Amino acid sequence: MSKIKFVFGSLFSLSGLLTLLACLPVIALLWTALQGNSEIWEHLIQYVIGPTLLETSLLLLGVGILTILIGTGSAWIVTAYQFRGRAFLDWALLLPLAVPTYIIAYSYIDILHPIGPVQSLLREGLGLDMQQLWFPNIRSVGGGILLLSFVLYPYVYLSTRAMFLMQSASLIDVARSLGLKPDQVFLRVAIPLARPAIAVGTSLVLMETINDIGATEFLGIKTLTLSIYSTWINQADLASATQIAIFMLIIITLLVVVERLGRRRQRYMNSAQRSRLMPAQTVAGVKALSLFVMGLIPIAIGFLVPFSHLLAEAYKRFQYAGFSNDLLQAAINTVTLSSIATLVTLISGFLIVSAARFSKNTLFSRISSLGYAIPGTVLAIGLLLSLGVIDHALADFLEFKLGISAGLIFLGTSFTLIYAYTIRFMAISIGGTESGYNRINSVLDDAGRNLGQTKLGILWHVHCPLLRPAIISAALLIFVDCMKELPATLLLRPLNMETLATQLYAEASRGTYEDGAIAALLIVLVGLIPVILLARMSKNNT
Amino acid sequence: MKLLPKVFLTALVACGGSWTQAAEVNLYTTREPVLIKPLLNEFSQKTGVKVNTVFIKDGLLERVKAEGRRSPADVMLTVDFGNLVDLVEGGLTQRVDSKILNSAIPANLRAANGHWYALSMRARAVYASKDRIPLSAISYEDLANPKWKGKICIRSGSHPYNTGLIAAYIAHHGEKQAEKWLRGVKANLARSASGGDRDVARDILGQICDIGIANTYYVGTMRTGDARQKRWGNAINVVLPTFNNGGTHVNVSGAVVSKYAPNRKEAVQLIEFLASDHAQAIYAKSGFEYPVKPGAKIDPIIASFGKLNVDSIRLSDIARHRKTANQLVDKVQFNH
Repeated sequence: MSKIKFVFGSLFSLSGLLTLLACLPVIALLWTALQGNSEIWEHLIQYVIGPTLLETSLLLLGVGILTILIGTGSAWIVTAYQFRGRAFLDWALLLPLAVPTYIIAYSYIDILHPIGPVQSLLREGLGLDMQQLWFPNIRSVGGGILLLSFVLYPYVYLSTRAMFLMQSASLIDVARSLGLKPDQVFLRVAIPLARPAIAVGTSLVLMETINDIGATEFLGIKTLTLSIYSTWINQADLASATQIAIFMLIIITLLVVVERLGRRRQRYMNSAQRSRLMPAQTVAGVKALSLFVMGLIPIAIGFLVPFSHLLAEAYKRFQYAGFSNDLLQAAINTVTLSSIATLVTLISGFLIVSAARFSKNTLFSRISSLGYAIPGTVLAIGLLLSLGVIDHALADFLEFKLGISAGLIFLGTSFTLIYAYTIRFMAISIGGTESGYNRINSVLDDAGRNLGQTKLGILWHVHCPLLRPAIISAALLIFVDCMKELPATLLLRPLNMETLATQLYAEASRGTYEDGAIAALLIVLVGLIPVILLARMSKNNT
Repeated sequence: MKLLPKVFLTALVACGGSWTQAAEVNLYTTREPVLIKPLLNEFSQKTGVKVNTVFIKDGLLERVKAEGRRSPADVMLTVDFGNLVDLVEGGLTQRVDSKILNSAIPANLRAANGHWYALSMRARAVYASKDRIPLSAISYEDLANPKWKGKICIRSGSHPYNTGLIAAYIAHHGEKQAEKWLRGVKANLARSASGGDRDVARDILGQICDIGIANTYYVGTMRTGDARQKRWGNAINVVLPTFNNGGTHVNVSGAVVSKYAPNRKEAVQLIEFLASDHAQAIYAKSGFEYPVKPGAKIDPIIASFGKLNVDSIRLSDIARHRKTANQLVDKVQFNH
């Protein structure tokens, strides 16, 4: 017994330590916010908060609704039906994950511009000139909603599809035998059952949206995050900027709490024995074709179109300027950093969530997910502030006690970068592991204990194998997110070190983004590797 | 026993990347790598001093501040006089007393106390459609004239380039007049204030707008770029606007030596190189900027805009109005 207690106790303290490490930057930001005065709020309330909050809410609402529609709809198509091309859609629906939001914004502004291919063709076809042809403006909240939704829906697709795959056939059979039509089964049984998964996916989407800076700025959408930047950069007022960031963090936290309270009384566990999985309905002919086309649309808009555009631009760029050798090194750096960060994030998230499962207290999980709700640069600033204090304390100790003048050990090294990625994307690891755990009935824990297993044993022999699909999905998301991450990487990376994202920034900073087309293409290509790996793994599982 | 941890720690630190040796200089910069790299290569070839760089976008000040007295940063290069002033006021710079720099750079383009030096200039210009708008001169004040209603393109009012321009307007005419002017410009916009400076030219070609406000050097990069960009660059004429009672608003890029620079000698050496005839020519040629050194040659594309008559109000005086400028942008809902 005492050994079990020890293992559990140390797991719990480890989880506490990880949580503390994960919220170090948030503590530093809070501290900074408290240093400021409230002078700026009069101005903010009078002129800024109203319109930006409205625009931010519209954007979030639009992206939220659209990603849920696309994500759950496409997940249903590939799980509930069997048709020719389904296997392709199954993995291809993940492809837009590899496209960073700023790239899709640049691509579509290019494609849909009056001098771009679409409008030129339309004018030629209709015999109109530029002034006569009306075309919707992509630089708008509506445009932003569309573009962001078509690259972010895979977060919802991935989590929901996993849930649909696990749903037991009996419930669906009951619904069908009660006379529900397929769309009713979808809306009234499958969707409510998948709610935790949809909530996890959607909250990731919304946080990506609210913290986006590249795409929204380029599309001229005035989000709260841009106000934080403007206050910080133009008014040189970091304290006030962190106050806005904390304000935003509070709103996000409230939203998450409300959603959780909403499903507090519901339980989604399957019975302990593995239930018969929902059989896919085989369809053919026109219906099969229309399902295929429906599944293809998000792939086309979110991946095929921007990817082809990128391919063409990269080819032109290659002819104009050749291939820079720095890109290869940058690709190696990117893969190395992202892989290490993914591993660290997964393990930390798993430990925190497992401790929460045994202690039945999810406070640590919630706190250590906060990093995802803060814009990348702001998080990086918080990390500089907090880690700076520790780093100097350590260096002082080495210098004055041991006589080693070692300089800084953390700041300006890859350590800080991996640390930043870990905090930033911990929410994905925690969310993924949690939704996996939701499906593991606690009866299994009891059974394991009755069979003489320690908690560690249960963790290793029972939970790990069952969590595998959830953890693999989370790994994909984290890896791809690390790879695309730009603002924190730019600020924290060591001297002379570039990743693909910073290389893209470097090449595009003076010219247009087409100058960075090769780097952008490489980001997408490297991002495809885990997408394909995941697709193969889930194929083996089913 | 005590040796082992020492060896281990030293090894750890050596892997850390912040280890510097002689004949090196560490550069933190927010300037575009494409522009700066050729200059740095020349410097290394000429002097044998290796340059380690990190290219940062936002947060240069915060990073150097956090690194404190152990920061490896020797030189910081950045754009926008506001950023230079912030670095100095944040206590992150040190005085440089270089005869070479003081004689190469005019007094109004460096700090009186030697804490920052401008290295290049760019003007906030007006692009006008070559086909549709015959324009040879314009004042900044005139951009608020209702005759331009629905015809002007500009990037976000919160971008530092525009903050600088609005701050200059405040310095000339006071806050009240500036607000009135900004409302006028806002009423004239053809589309939301967004995108970049190059999009102004592209949107003029796409007939979204007829004129726009953007920096001078982009014209050089567009007209010498690939076929697509050439079309944008050639669709416009560039006019150097002036204030009614003054000259053209310019912004600068500049350098400071960091307060705790471990390689101070090389740091000054690098900045002196950047102010040399040779480097100033590169600034003008590959960056299409106005060199700060009097008499240095301007690129023919940039020279074709006419003589630059730099506004006489000191940059440090304009910098004081940045906060008000940024708040005005919010107040008139310029970006919405």
